[in-house]
Amino acid sequence: MEEIRDVVLDYVIKEYMEDQDDEITYDTALISGGYVDSFSMVSLKRFLETRYKISLPDDKATPEAFDSVNKIVTLVQEFLNK
Amino acid sequence: MHNIGSYEDRLKQNSWQISEQELNYKPGDVLNIGWYCSDRICQMGKADKLALKWEGIGGKEKQYTYNDIRQLSNTIGAFLRNLGIKPEERVCLFMDRIPELYIGFIGILKTGAIAQPLFSAFGDESLLVRLENAETSVVFTQKKHVGKVRKILDKLPHLKHIVIVDDNGKSPLQQREIAFNMDDAERVDNFEVHPTLAESPSVLHYTSGTTGMPKGVKHVHYSLISQYLTTKWVLDLQDDDIYWCTADPGWVTGTSYGIIGAWALGVTQCVNDIGFSADAWYRFIEKHKITVWYSAPTAIRSLMKAGDDVVKNYNLSSLRHLASVGEPLNAEAVIWSEKVFGLPFHDSYWQTETGSIMISNYPGMKIKPGSMGKPFPGITGTILNPDTYEEMPIGKAGLIGFKPGWPAMMRTYWNNEETYQKKFQNGWYIPGDRSYIDTEGYYWFIGRDDDIINTGGHLVSPFEVESALLEHPAVAESAVVAKPDFVNMEVVKAFVTLKPGNVASEELDLDIMNFIRKKLSPLAMPQEIEFVPNLPKTRSGKIMRRVLKAQEWGEEIGDISTLEDD
Repeated sequence: MEEIRDVVLDYVIKEYMEDQDDEITYDTALISGGYVDSFSMVSLKRFLETRYKISLPDDKATPEAFDSVNKIVTLVQEFLNK
Repeated sequence: MHNIGSYEDRLKQNSWQISEQELNYKPGDVLNIGWYCSDRICQMGKADKLALKWEGIGGKEKQYTYNDIRQLSNTIGAFLRNLGIKPEERVCLFMDRIPELYIGFIGILKTGAIAQPLFSAFGDESLLVRLENAETSVVFTQKKHVGKVRKILDKLPHLKHIVIVDDNGKSPLQQREIAFNMDDAERVDNFEVHPTLAESPSVLHYTSGTTGMPKGVKHVHYSLISQYLTTKWVLDLQDDDIYWCTADPGWVTGTSYGIIGAWALGVTQCVNDIGFSADAWYRFIEKHKITVWYSAPTAIRSLMKAGDDVVKNYNLSSLRHLASVGEPLNAEAVIWSEKVFGLPFHDSYWQTETGSIMISNYPGMKIKPGSMGKPFPGITGTILNPDTYEEMPIGKAGLIGFKPGWPAMMRTYWNNEETYQKKFQNGWYIPGDRSYIDTEGYYWFIGRDDDIINTGGHLVSPFEVESALLEHPAVAESAVVAKPDFVNMEVVKAFVTLKPGNVASEELDLDIMNFIRKKLSPLAMPQEIEFVPNLPKTRSGKIMRRVLKAQEWGEEIGDISTLEDD
C-alpha cells in the first residue's frame, strides 16, 4: 500500500507538476484541482497499467477515480486483487 | 424578452450599423477594445459593478470591479510602455486562467500592442513555433510555466522581456526576466489609451493547419462590432446576468466571448481556474448563481457521462440560457440538457478566423437538436460545390461559404498572406467545413474538409504531431489521424513504425505519449499509439492518412489505386 502510494505520488510530481513550489499530498485533488488535465490522464492510466501489469477499463478510469493519489491507489488495488 | 427579439425581423436590419450605434462608434473614430471593455463601462456608471469573480486552485478567490479592471489594465499598459513596448509589437499571454490573463489582455490592447494569447499547457516546441513566427517582444507568464520559455530562449532573439506575474523571490530571476505583481503594483488611474482605429491590429491567435506550421490569425479592433452584437443576441447577456464562459483565452472563444463580448456589455463574469469535474462545475454554478453559461460539447458530454443524479445535488435554478461552441453538439446532448437543466444548449458555429459567431441557434427560436442553427443577421452563408465553388441547391452537401466583410473577420495570416488568399474562392470565404442546409434554412454539420483533428473543440494538426513524433529516438515514421471518441468527438491516434533495434512495448508507448505531451501539449498527445510494420503510402511515397482514418472510423477506404505495393 505504502509503496504504491509513493510510486504514484512521485510519478505525478515528476511528470505533471509544473510549479516546483506547489506541494501535493496523497489527498490533493489532481484532476478537479487542475494539476492533471483530462487528456494527460490517459498517460497516467497507461503508467499504472504498465507498472502494475493491470488493465483499467475506461468506465473505471474516470476523473473521479483519478482525483487523488489515494483514490488511484484504491483503484489499482481493486485490479491487482483480481 | 430576449435581446435579439425576432430573428426574421433582425434579418431586415443592418446589424453592424446597430452595433456601431449602440457602441457610439462612427467610421473613422478611434476604436480601442481595451477602452471599450473598461473605461467606457465606468463612464456608463458601472465603475463599482463586479466585472470578474475568480476562483483558482486551492479555493483561492478574487474579485474585481470595472473600476479595478480599468485601473489595473492601465497599470499593465503603463508597465509595458515603460519597458519601451510600441504599438503593434506582439505581447504574449502564456498563463493559466488567472486574473492577470484577463486584465493583461485589456492592458495590452490599451497600449496599441497586439495581444497574443497562448494556451498554457503548450509544451516548449508548440510555444517556440508561435513565438518565433510572431517575433514576440514580451511574454507574460507564471513561474510554473517559465521553465518552458527558458528552454527556448536562445532561439528567440526578438523576445526582450519575460514578465513573471507571481514571482515569490525564492529563486533568482534569469536573463530577460522581470517580476511584476499586478495586485501589489501602484495603480495607474490616468492612462492615455493608444488611439487605435478600426483596422489597427488587436489580437493574434494561432490555429493549426493541415500542412505546415500553425498560422497566426490577425484580428483588428473593429472585431468588437461583431463580438459585441453576437454576445448580445446569441448569448443574450443582459445587465443583471452572471455569465460563465468556460473557454480558455488561449483559444479564440476565451477572448472573443470570455473577455471582449462580456466586458463590452458591462456584464459580471465568473472564471474558474480549476480542473474539470461534474461536482466542481455544478458547485460553481450554484455558488455564483450563474445565469448564462457558454460551454463546449466535450464538457457537456463529460457531464452527461457523470450521470443525472449528480445534478440533483445542486440548485442550478439560476441558469436561464445555455450555449455551446467548439465542435458539433450532438442531438442527444441537447435533449439531455433539456431533461436535466430544463434548458437546451444552443449550439453555435464559428472558428478562430471568423472571430465571432457565424451560425447559431438563437434564444426564442425553434431549436432542431443536432443543427448548428442559422446564420447570424448580417452574415451571408451558403453551401458550395467543393470543385466549382458554385452555390449548391438546398439539401445538398458541400462546403460552407461566407460572404467576406463582417467586422470580426481575420485580416490575414501573420507573415502568410499566400495561405490567407487561398481561403477565398469565387468570392466566398471557405472555413473548411462540410455541411448542408435544410428546407427551413438550418445548417447541419457533416465534417471537416481536411485532416485537422478536432479534439474537445481544439484543433490539432496531424502534421505537427507527426513532425514531433519523428524527433523521438525510436520512431522511424508516423501517421496521425482522428479517432472517434464519445467525450472529445475525436482524439489523436498515431500509427508508428520503429527504427531498427527498437521493440514495441507498453513502456515505449508511454514514453512516446509523454514525449509529445511535453513537447506539444496534452491535447496533441496520442491517446492511442499503434505500432505497425509499415504505413500505407502512395507509389510516390506519400503517407495515405485517409486509409488509416477510414479504418478508424469504419468507413469505406475508397480509391487505393495509388497505394504502394507491399
